Amino acid sequence: VTPRLEVLERALIPRILEEAFGLLDEPGVRVQAPRAVELLTANGATARGEVVRIPEPLVRQALATAPREFHLHARDGRPTVRYGGDTVQFDPGSSGVQIFDAERGEHRPSCAADLVRLVQVAEMLPVYAAQSTAVVCCDVPQEIGDLYRLFLVLWHSDKPIVTGAFTASGTRLMIDLLAADSGGRDALVARPRAVFDVCPSPPLHWSEFAAENLMDLARAGVPAEIVSVPMAGATAPVTLAGAVVQHAAECLSGITIHQLAGPGAPVVWGGAPAIFDMRTGTTAMGAIETALLGAACAQVGKSLELPTHGYLCGSDAKCIDAQAGMEAGMAALVGALSGINMISGAGMLDFLASQSAEKLVVDAEAIGAALRLRRGVTASTDSLAAAMFAQTGLNGEFLKLRETRQLFRTEQHLPSSVIDRSTLRAWQEQGGRDTAARAGARVAQLLASYERPALGTGREAALLQVIEPEARRSGLDRLPGL
Amino acid sequence: MTMHEELFAAMRQSVIDGDTDRVRQLAQQSLDLGVDPLDAINLGFVRGVNYVGEQFGLGEMFLPDLVMGGEAMKAAVAVLEPEMTRRGSRRASLGTVVLGTVKGDIHEIGKTLVQTMLTATGFLVHDLGVDVPAETFVARAREVDADIVGLSALLTTTMPAQRLVVQALEREGLRPRVRVMVGGAPVTREWAVEIGADGYGEDAMAAVTLARTLMVGKGAAP
Repeated sequence: VTPRLEVLERALIPRILEEAFGLLDEPGVRVQAPRAVELLTANGATARGEVVRIPEPLVRQALATAPREFHLHARDGRPTVRYGGDTVQFDPGSSGVQIFDAERGEHRPSCAADLVRLVQVAEMLPVYAAQSTAVVCCDVPQEIGDLYRLFLVLWHSDKPIVTGAFTASGTRLMIDLLAADSGGRDALVARPRAVFDVCPSPPLHWSEFAAENLMDLARAGVPAEIVSVPMAGATAPVTLAGAVVQHAAECLSGITIHQLAGPGAPVVWGGAPAIFDMRTGTTAMGAIETALLGAACAQVGKSLELPTHGYLCGSDAKCIDAQAGMEAGMAALVGALSGINMISGAGMLDFLASQSAEKLVVDAEAIGAALRLRRGVTASTDSLAAAMFAQTGLNGEFLKLRETRQLFRTEQHLPSSVIDRSTLRAWQEQGGRDTAARAGARVAQLLASYERPALGTGREAALLQVIEPEARRSGLDRLPGL
Repeated sequence: MTMHEELFAAMRQSVIDGDTDRVRQLAQQSLDLGVDPLDAINLGFVRGVNYVGEQFGLGEMFLPDLVMGGEAMKAAVAVLEPEMTRRGSRRASLGTVVLGTVKGDIHEIGKTLVQTMLTATGFLVHDLGVDVPAETFVARAREVDADIVGLSALLTTTMPAQRLVVQALEREGLRPRVRVMVGGAPVTREWAVEIGADGYGEDAMAAVTLARTLMVGKGAAP
């Protein structure tokens, strides 16, 4: 059996959905995009100004057209990421504004070179099924910030990508860029490479950009991931169950806008729900309640048979310390056992403000362990033990058995050099390094062995054709990070 | 005064409990007894606010206690205000603050906490809300003859807007009489110095301490 975690009693789920549908009627949802309001009211919703009441049947209709499953594709066209069912995958946290410089022990604004480094590290780690546009690049003009991040990831990676736009024109250009990468719009829709995060503002509020973004993505047939971010106790009810209701209402309203604009377009029940820390007023991304919220929200999404996403594996710690490892590791475990399709957040420190290549490699160990736990204990041989005892008797020489050599790699998750299992003496002889130091060495090792994937000259030229005029227009005289 | 000690103690406790119903009832009771509303505020309710603030600083009380304490204080003042007006007495304001989250930033919580605590401690606060352009800060500061302008920014991308407000205040000639304090998650003391602000508060309580200090700098009694 696959060990599973269900944090909501099953009987609670219909109550959560009932209240969520209730919220969509009263107080309703604030939708700041007139075109989205028109689309909703033309289909049976009622609006007073920006506040829209969405009737349950309209939402149910949207749920019926939303696909239960879709894939993201690697550069070679293989469907390597599956959104749907209980598939569990991880990607680095996105949109950090800082990078943690482990050598100097300080946080500084992230730039293009930092993003490239993060992409290279994540590219080398198989536990990251997808890349993300992990940080904002401070050396790239804001108006093309979203487009340029995506460009750098496409340039340096073969993997699928979790991304997001900052403006409506950003969405348009990013779709152009992805189409250039895929070999045309039809190819992009048939084999999407990326999913776009779209965030409602809590509580129950779709900004003009977010609502427009949902509609644009749906019409283009490019996957959208709704990232609802209720902050329990501040911008959402303090009770976890109450925050889950709000999350559901925000996702349901988003899916309704999305499916009305493009019935059948891929969409994800996602989010980054968190608790509000009552001492410091911060968003505690590493709190166990935040993990509980992620698990609960995904459980509601699964009950509707929708693809799911969550934001776990980040940490509120400021450096690669015990808190960083503990918070990320526990949340990775909760996410994996909850069967969340895409779990974003690895690498993040300082809530979700700062990305770290060193934390990415530490988190990769936690994720590897969590995925191993998910596989449970299975009967992988006909005789569980007797046949092996028949060979070695009471000698205890299991190390010599063919079964050992054949099966240890699947029975055991093999950690990297980040995890120390050496003897005390060996550890001392190697310099007595702690996790942070071992992580630094591992990052250096991965970067040294990274090779940029071959894009093919046609594809490179196609990407440059989209990015170069935009870069010039925004005042960039060279392309950083190439 | 001593005859009302019990009443004042109950007032203090009602704010600590964040019990607005009880606060209103005690405020009304003090009016019925003919207690000077200023005494009710300064010897009763404000002591509760101060206690909550201290305990919050010590990590023994939490943001909900702080916010409910602030709300309770507001409720007390609302009940007592008509009588203060009738007597022609005014609660001496510690200073006038114009407060808001800078343009491009819609984060409200931190700013609102500062507003709550400043109001509860006795500042007259004009809260301009979020996404506030520099010109609006300047116009309101001039209109209400502000002592302090408080600028909140939660994003590194919106922090630069704090500098724009400082510059605008300078350009409009208000800087000699208006102090500027800044706050928000990415904001640091160094940043405050760099943009020419007068101070930085780590949290809502620090903002209150800072505002008091800035008023002393302006010649007010400590």
